Amino acid sequence: MRYLPKSPMERQEMLAAIGAKSIDQLFSSIPERYRLREPLKIPGPYSEAEIIQYFKERAAENASGYTSFLGAGVYNHLRSVVTDTIIQRGEFLTSYTPYQAEISQGTLQAIFEFQTLMCQLTAQDVANASMYDGSTATTEAVLMAERLTGRQRVLVARSVHPEYREVLKTYAKNSGLRIEEIPFAPSGTVDAKALQAALKNDVAAVVVQSPNFFGAIESYTPLAEASHSAGAMFVVAIAEGVSLGLLHPPAEADIVALEAQSFGLPPSYGGPFAGVIAAREKYVRQMPGRLAGQTTDSAGQRGFVLTLATREQHIRREKATSNICTNQALCALAATVHLTLLGKEGLREMAEQNLSKAHFALAELLKIPGVRRAFDAPFFNEFTVVLPRSVKIVNAHILRDKIIGPLALGTAYPDLTKHALVCITETTPRPEIERFAAAVKRALEQPV
Amino acid sequence: MNEKIKKASRHTSQSEGLIFEKSSPGKRAFELPPLDVPTAEPAKALGAHHRREGVAGFPEVSEIEVLRHFTRLSTWNHAIDLGMYPLGSCTMKYNPRVNEFVARLEGIATEHPYQPQDLSQGCLKILRLLEKCLLEITGMDAITLQPAAGAQGELTGLLLIRAYLQKQGNPRKKVLIPDSAHGTNPATAVIAGYEVENIKSESHGQIDVEKLYDLVTEDVAALMITNPSTLGIYEQRLPEIAQILHAKGALLYMDGANMNALAGVTRPGDLGVDVMHLNLHKTFSTPHGGGGPGAGPLAMKKALEPFRPVPILVEKENGRLALEPIRPDSIGRVKAFSSNFGVLVRALAYILAYGPGIRQATEDAVLNANYIRKHLEGVYELPYSLPSMHEVVFSDAIQKKNGVNTMDIAKRLIDYGFHPYTTAFPLIVPGALMIEPTESESREECDLFIDAMKSIAEEAATQPELVKTAPHTTRVRRLDEVGAARKPVLRWKPATPRSEAAD
Repeated sequence: MRYLPKSPMERQEMLAAIGAKSIDQLFSSIPERYRLREPLKIPGPYSEAEIIQYFKERAAENASGYTSFLGAGVYNHLRSVVTDTIIQRGEFLTSYTPYQAEISQGTLQAIFEFQTLMCQLTAQDVANASMYDGSTATTEAVLMAERLTGRQRVLVARSVHPEYREVLKTYAKNSGLRIEEIPFAPSGTVDAKALQAALKNDVAAVVVQSPNFFGAIESYTPLAEASHSAGAMFVVAIAEGVSLGLLHPPAEADIVALEAQSFGLPPSYGGPFAGVIAAREKYVRQMPGRLAGQTTDSAGQRGFVLTLATREQHIRREKATSNICTNQALCALAATVHLTLLGKEGLREMAEQNLSKAHFALAELLKIPGVRRAFDAPFFNEFTVVLPRSVKIVNAHILRDKIIGPLALGTAYPDLTKHALVCITETTPRPEIERFAAAVKRALEQPV
Repeated sequence: MNEKIKKASRHTSQSEGLIFEKSSPGKRAFELPPLDVPTAEPAKALGAHHRREGVAGFPEVSEIEVLRHFTRLSTWNHAIDLGMYPLGSCTMKYNPRVNEFVARLEGIATEHPYQPQDLSQGCLKILRLLEKCLLEITGMDAITLQPAAGAQGELTGLLLIRAYLQKQGNPRKKVLIPDSAHGTNPATAVIAGYEVENIKSESHGQIDVEKLYDLVTEDVAALMITNPSTLGIYEQRLPEIAQILHAKGALLYMDGANMNALAGVTRPGDLGVDVMHLNLHKTFSTPHGGGGPGAGPLAMKKALEPFRPVPILVEKENGRLALEPIRPDSIGRVKAFSSNFGVLVRALAYILAYGPGIRQATEDAVLNANYIRKHLEGVYELPYSLPSMHEVVFSDAIQKKNGVNTMDIAKRLIDYGFHPYTTAFPLIVPGALMIEPTESESREECDLFIDAMKSIAEEAATQPELVKTAPHTTRVRRLDEVGAARKPVLRWKPATPRSEAAD
């Protein structure tokens, strides 16, 4: 087997050195009757060429050659080949969590730079080294707010990503948290009156997403003020990181939960991505996840270490701030390289292209008789339109033109069956936007 | 240079500051194609109060600077690709490059989780085949691939146990956890709403089965057990332990972190285990990547199947695969979207490379650990003498007499060109040296490691200061961790504070 660096003779010699007659003797602590007699029934062994062939065949059964207008928490953005070149370096790819700082300075400094970039983007003081994804980051942000406030009621906007809310409910079920959902206003943003009515001094956190699941941009200031006046933490989830290149950052938030997928990570059928928690410095000791900190060595040189580990499970066990151990380090590294490549100007320009293209697409769609905008709040690269007939039927029509249509909101919001969430990024060429609008128009002209 | 250090020699490495310190306004490393639609004026499209004037402090550098920056940083790391990385419990084995290649294929990396399932059959077939392989390897009945890492697999497992017991009328109060367990076990139990009862190992490092008869009451929901234990010792009485639990209506959870000792040799499902997670980034070779990502599939017996997280992968009558979002008894989702799909792709590529020959990898892993044990026994104290499986745990008791502890030995090992073993874990061994070579090491590499460990033991006896002040060859010397925690500096800030008013 090509991955195993031993010849049959070397195995025999090593067994002899141990004083074992056969390899079976090394497994003698497993009672005979529980040892497998038959080979496992799994396919293989495959050569490298066969493995590549198998996966190429599977790839061909997927959606290659289609233009997609899906976003909804997973975004297709330009990625430089440099990012992949870096994260495939064995020194990053095949190293472990940097517990031995002296031979992990590369990973540690990169994490420190990641934390810095995340703080700059979110206008927060501290950021961790990553969580699994935006959904668990949002959940852990709520658990953090619970520890900080000692309260257990949580108000979550219904316009937060439906799957983020589902994950929160799964985690909350057994921790005594009571989750209540706040409706959205006709503008598509959080219903401020409903929020105000629900806000009492027993609320641990108010959770909103911006741009929210409908694409609508929330106004942080009044939401933060309302939350704080009830003594609640204001938690902001961000699913589309590129928006931060152009949008006012959540500086008023106490805790920010960010999904970093948009920063150089491919859609990859839903993962792996990287979640991040950023917060005010005074809350750092209640943060989950790893943190890299700057320090000096015995010769006075700058260096980096994992720090504040007394929050973590390997030290604190049942008293830890979270059970997270393995995180999404390599994805966070990809985001670090990607954002460094983009830089200040590149990120701004990418964000502006998203804004312009999405606004162009909306204008194209609104030319179609019967199509209207669902919400009037400002939007970034996603927006919701109402179609004169079911989104699923329209999508079935345009699929024949090799177009994967927008997300039908009716699945997650039964009251929004004719609502479609359209996503346009810098990767969608103008002719494709026009072809999409023409296809939607034709689909709507079909007899019912 | 010490002539006994055969594996490594010193060479120059580049110095490199923080990327922010290289920044100069106007430099850039990325250009976009020109915009092909009319420009939307941000202030008009968003409203002035939503608009941001760029991200203060963001780096402005060129492409060559970015490439050099991260390449230089990379050279400061140790990695499996450079040599043995015997971190116990972490299974630092070779990460095959074909796995990286197939995970990046057009049609694999490019797929959106919400695209129509008829256009996702390739992805779903990959998931289905991986499910089947993992079920065959574990001997369990059903599986979920959703958990993003081992700790999330553990949580999913305990939530399943809770839902199952709840369905019978009482979720119960406690989870029993041996004192040798990974820290994630107790941390997870608390999130699942359980009290943790730590149980003491018996004198050989195994579960105290006689005591277990008393400890397992109607209040106990489950026992979480790692097999082989973190001492690298197989729990011989596992089927009996399962019976004790089952007799009281409790369940047996197995932490599969050490599955690299068992794959192809024995199956937890045959041993009475009710539910277990696998760490695909350990046993199944997906890269650790400096701390992640991983994946923590959870396999279970039939009774727990109805409670699996949604969506559930099902085969339709027409042979098509589908993800079903609704199951009445499901615990719900544990993460957004289907899974850490890209990690699952890599794990399947690994399994296909071996096929049933995965048993050979297990045998070689156990062979290497025992070879190292044989040569170091007596040089280092072996606190538990039962046979070792895939890893061996020594203690620093002999070296302690000269004031040298496990961390000192670990740091000195760096000078010899090796990544240290796991230090100070498991907690039941004071001053532990936990060594897991994995199957990926040749005899030559094992021999170099053994020589290095023997040489360090000699140094500890004759010149302990040399060991206590190690490492001597790295870019940085021992770092001030106390200072880092006392006054945390967790981000870079410009030397002269710029106005953040731009935000």
